[in-house]
Amino acid sequence: MNSPLVHGYEVVIGFETHAQLSTQSKIFSRASTAFGAEPNTQACAVDLALPGTLPVMNKGAVERAIELGLALGSHIAERSVFARKNYFYPDLPKGYQISQFEIPVVQGGAVSFFLGDEKKTVRLVRAHLEEDAGKSLHEDFIGQSGIDLNRAGTPLLEIVTEPDMRSGEEAVAYAKELHKIVTWIGICDGNMQEGSFRCDANVSVRKPGAPLGTRREIKNLNSFKFMQQAIDYEVSWQIEQIEDGHAIQQATVLFNPDTGETRAMRTKEDAADYRYFPDPDLPPLVISREWVERVRSEMAELPRVMAERFVMQYGLPEYDAAQLTQSKTVAAYFEAVAEACGQAKLASNWIMGEVSRRLNASEMTFEQTPVSAAQLAALIGRITDDTISNNAARQVFDALWTSTSNDVTVAITGVGAVGAVSEVDAIIEAKGLKQMNDTSALEAIIDEVLAANPKNVEEFKAGNAKALNGLVGPIMKASKGKANPAQVNALLLKKLS
Amino acid sequence: MGDLHNKSVAQLAAMLKNKEVSAVEVATRFLARMGGNPHNAFLDIHSEVTLAQAQASDDKIAAGTAGPLEGVPIAHKDIFVTKDFVTTAGSKILQDYRSPFDATVVTRLRDAGMVTLGKLNCDEFAMGSANENSAYEAVTNPWNATRIPGGSSGGSAAAVAARLTPAATGTDTGGSIRQPAAFCGITGIKPTYGRASRYGMVAFASSLDQAGPMARSAEDCAWLLSAMCGPDLDRDSTSLNVAKEDFSLGLMQPLQGVRVGLPNEFFGEGLSGDVRRAIDAALKQLQTQGAKLVPIALPRTELSIPVYYIIAPAEASSNLSRFDGVKFGHRAKEFSDLADMYEKTRSEAFGDEVKRRIMIGAYVLSHGYYDAYYLQAQKIRRMIADDFQQAFSQCDVIAGPVAPTTAWKLGDKSDDPLANYLADIFTLPASLAGLPGMSLPVGFGENGMPVGMQLIGNYLQETKLLNVAHQYQLHTDHHLKTPGDVA
Amino acid sequence: MSLTSHDIDRLAQLSRLQFDPPAAERLLGQLNGFFQIVEQMRAVDTSGVVPMAHPVDAMQGLTKAIADADELGVTLRLREDLVSEPNQREANQRSAPAVERGLFLVPKVIE
Repeated sequence: MNSPLVHGYEVVIGFETHAQLSTQSKIFSRASTAFGAEPNTQACAVDLALPGTLPVMNKGAVERAIELGLALGSHIAERSVFARKNYFYPDLPKGYQISQFEIPVVQGGAVSFFLGDEKKTVRLVRAHLEEDAGKSLHEDFIGQSGIDLNRAGTPLLEIVTEPDMRSGEEAVAYAKELHKIVTWIGICDGNMQEGSFRCDANVSVRKPGAPLGTRREIKNLNSFKFMQQAIDYEVSWQIEQIEDGHAIQQATVLFNPDTGETRAMRTKEDAADYRYFPDPDLPPLVISREWVERVRSEMAELPRVMAERFVMQYGLPEYDAAQLTQSKTVAAYFEAVAEACGQAKLASNWIMGEVSRRLNASEMTFEQTPVSAAQLAALIGRITDDTISNNAARQVFDALWTSTSNDVTVAITGVGAVGAVSEVDAIIEAKGLKQMNDTSALEAIIDEVLAANPKNVEEFKAGNAKALNGLVGPIMKASKGKANPAQVNALLLKKLS
Repeated sequence: MGDLHNKSVAQLAAMLKNKEVSAVEVATRFLARMGGNPHNAFLDIHSEVTLAQAQASDDKIAAGTAGPLEGVPIAHKDIFVTKDFVTTAGSKILQDYRSPFDATVVTRLRDAGMVTLGKLNCDEFAMGSANENSAYEAVTNPWNATRIPGGSSGGSAAAVAARLTPAATGTDTGGSIRQPAAFCGITGIKPTYGRASRYGMVAFASSLDQAGPMARSAEDCAWLLSAMCGPDLDRDSTSLNVAKEDFSLGLMQPLQGVRVGLPNEFFGEGLSGDVRRAIDAALKQLQTQGAKLVPIALPRTELSIPVYYIIAPAEASSNLSRFDGVKFGHRAKEFSDLADMYEKTRSEAFGDEVKRRIMIGAYVLSHGYYDAYYLQAQKIRRMIADDFQQAFSQCDVIAGPVAPTTAWKLGDKSDDPLANYLADIFTLPASLAGLPGMSLPVGFGENGMPVGMQLIGNYLQETKLLNVAHQYQLHTDHHLKTPGDVA
Repeated sequence: MSLTSHDIDRLAQLSRLQFDPPAAERLLGQLNGFFQIVEQMRAVDTSGVVPMAHPVDAMQGLTKAIADADELGVTLRLREDLVSEPNQREANQRSAPAVERGLFLVPKVIE
């Protein structure tokens, strides 16, 4: 167990994540789930809980639950039950939420990811289907709130973990991995600003070996940036309380990004008695093994499976494979480059290096990269065949990146492999970046430089290997940067031995 | 024309089809009888809407596109939401509520051509056995205005008995069609759970509520039930996927050899003498028509009371949470904050019986009590359903009383909720099992008040029930009797 | 199992209902009377019995009339993921107690 103790305390974290499912219509009604509509224009009679309305289940929501279960290696229940969770709140039109209680649709499973170079696995307790509530808006009204029920009825999967995490950092890594999985398999759009992926963290501390401490729940952690900050603050706060002799009271807390602090919400005394009972309006959900197999056969390769394949097929280190399977787009790009130039490790280096750096700097996403896979493959090809040096390659890359003749769709699909090679060659030619591979011309330059720098030659021959560097510089300069560094080294050593 | 109001649904349908009378004339006649709202039967009337529907029916008759019940009037229990009439569910919390959609049952009957006369009074949220729990005046029994009509479909039963309408829709959760039908001397049937769509029925107890017709005869009920029932797969997840049926096709089957089961638990000490005598006479009549009487047992009959009064309030406590003053319905005028708004709104606009049942429901679903009460009740419910299957292996239909007595006086039991619950003993078991059950008039008891006999069938056996009732009605005339002051 | 006035308070809170003291006391009496009847139910031996939350459950034996139980509706029917509800905000809000700019207004919700 590698997790750091904080002032001698072990941190224990469990997550509950609500992922909005990417269905067109709501879980129990046929209203649209599209984001951003005018208030209550996507809240039909069923969503408003008008008298006499009844729920009818959306097949697409069930299918996405099956997909999540398969992606996480969970058991998909053959028979699960919908239950009513009863409580009063203005954004909850029926006065109860249709959820699942005793028998959820997805049971068990796990999420694995890297924290630094250590592999972590967080176990899932369950994932269940339920409906989202509406929204309360406070800004424009004095002493009142405005209720918008467009969101009410949007399907959710509530994904609950065991308290397996031991640091804020690990928790964020888990959340990012889960986020990647749900967006990869396409069940959730992952848009955290729009509330598609909402995390609650259950945090407690204890001395190692002691029983679990009382936990507090930090609700609505909707950005990775604030997630760790919130958890770390909460941990410090709890430790301070305990050290001061105060017991931790179970509470729900909110994180304030402006102050960087967590604060307990107004406590509701009987909030815990939800009086769950099976919803009489919905018979049990039965999922046949045939359906599960059909979904399994239609699912795209999962990220961890693909990462394992990258290790096997391309000989990549696990770390690289994990990085390259961040999204389907990156993975597809990598494979296109690797297949085209046959240099998987170089492709990986360039993607994780230059490409990522440029994208971050311009605040672009991978979908927007202006350098096509064919172009990058061609570039790598010219490095491998010694046409250009690494340095020169960066200049070519630069030119490819900023060239306005690039079509965004071409970048990803890599149409025009032959065109890409000639494009790369054209830039090399235009910028005169071709490496000098002609050894006789190079030898002539080397001889000149050796003659002009007798002191370095002496020092090298006397045993100072570093003296060679003083010679390489002038050689590269005299060759206008076109000398092949490897060749320079080889020839120098030959001449000086 | 003079006694148009005494015609049955079947007779009116034929007269209209044959153009002996127009739909507008029929509607006008009944609207006139509804003037002054006798017995407080109605809660909402809009004659212009009714007459417009009637005119549309006349147009269809003229065009030759008439439906099977074209132009025949119907009135709807105020539990069914309607676009063109207010829906209150008998409660102040829905005062002036206008639904943007019609209940499926309402649509189906309109599609068959029926003309809506108005919305009928009922116990608040269908909770009650006397229609004394309506927030808008108690309904009185047309046979004796000092007595209750029964509940919760009291307005429906009274309206049909008083010939204010030839037919009415009712709902039955624990007996709310059968019992008022019995107390008012009319015929009513609750189909198998899931036969009629619950979409648009203001929910009381979701696993028990069922819509059904109330009219003057089994034949009328058969026509109406056929139009009302059928799968509503797109809107109601508890709607049975069984093909629409014409329940009138089996009406003429002879009774020869039909085994009528008599549960000994239904004929014990609690049954009052006058009811027993009327039922016995009816059973004798069935025998002369060829039926065989078979003793059977329904050992958990008495348990049906606590089981029902745990399950129904539990579901109701949850179903009624949507009445919070936020999206529709009543909202208190003065309150200090959100919590206060909820409490004042609900407390001032829900009646005592509704509040009582919400409290019972909250209790039996509470953490720590769920297993002992709610779960236990659902288990016994299954045992009761199994008992019926056992019984049906020995008989074709089950017969017995609907209620231990005839209709009591207004006010007699209004302070004693428990007494009301106990009187439901004979109707609750079929409700819990989801079986079809009906009531037909079989005579009169003390004080000249009607007595109804209950028939219970196995799942999907409505045709059989209506057949037995119809055959009985061919040889008797109790169902043709009219309250004294109704001409 | 006898209820106390504390139970009445708790249940009223859960149900968002208010009772003045005389009403609360009357209710307590009525509920206790009711639960006495319920006690006989609690004593019944139900070991091994599966609770019946949906009546349609009991209709599984109707094999003559129906092809299979799932078709009947014993298990949850699923609909295709299609949008078919148009915007009917005005009709839906016709009976709303307080609406402004399409939003339902309520006393301020404090988190």
